[in-house]
Amino acid sequence: MKISTIKDLLEAELIVGEEFLDHEVVSACGSDLMSDVLTFVKEQTVLLTGLNNPQVIRTAEMLDVSCIVFVRGKKPAQDIIKMALERDIVLLSTDNTLFEACGKLYEGGLRGDMR
Amino acid sequence: MTVESNAGVGMVHSYQIEAGNFTKAGEAASSIKRILRQLGVDANVIRRVSIAAYEAEMNMVIHSIGGTIQVAISPQVIVFKAIDEGPGIEDVNLAMEEGFSTAKDWARELGFGAGMGLPNIKRCSDDFRIQSEVGQGTYLEARFLL
Repeated sequence: MKISTIKDLLEAELIVGEEFLDHEVVSACGSDLMSDVLTFVKEQTVLLTGLNNPQVIRTAEMLDVSCIVFVRGKKPAQDIIKMALERDIVLLSTDNTLFEACGKLYEGGLRGDMR
Repeated sequence: MTVESNAGVGMVHSYQIEAGNFTKAGEAASSIKRILRQLGVDANVIRRVSIAAYEAEMNMVIHSIGGTIQVAISPQVIVFKAIDEGPGIEDVNLAMEEGFSTAKDWARELGFGAGMGLPNIKRCSDDFRIQSEVGQGTYLEARFLL
């Protein structure tokens, strides 16, 4: 699924990474627990989370996660945006809850990637 | 970061890790990942080293009183070491169990401390060893074959 499709399905606001909107992700993960994300996520994944701190970007960086969706209308601070910019990570923000956002992407055909 | 070039052994990169500094946490792992990329190391190995390094760095920031992370790169193997100055792990076998954690609430609120770190480092590496003594500190070594 293209990142632009994720943006449309979630009626999300693009925060950073416009040039990567036509990149593909093959799976999704919804979690506030970075420990779990680090254990289970593969590359080319979109990460949906309610957590809003620099470690979300770090976690995405280590796992080659290309897109992060902040749920419940959360907006990352400037230092987080800067980190994402430097690492070519797309940031989106949606008003949907984590549950709703995951549901919409699942309905759209995206699946999880538990090993 | 300090770099020592050691002929025949390859490069050793060393990082000082500050306890409790959550803003800086991950900078060492990030630097290690960049170095491996520049060296053209296989993407799957980079990923496994990066995850292990990040987990170990977070462990050190959350649990220890500070320490050092070292990575030595040779053509055959990447040797990652995380050495802290304490407080040490009381029961290492228990700490290796998934879900066991002594992390404080502040770490959990930030998305960590679920008791997955050490088992994840072991899973990512080709060889893993850990030694710890209360009052002395913890020595963790993970090897990745190239």
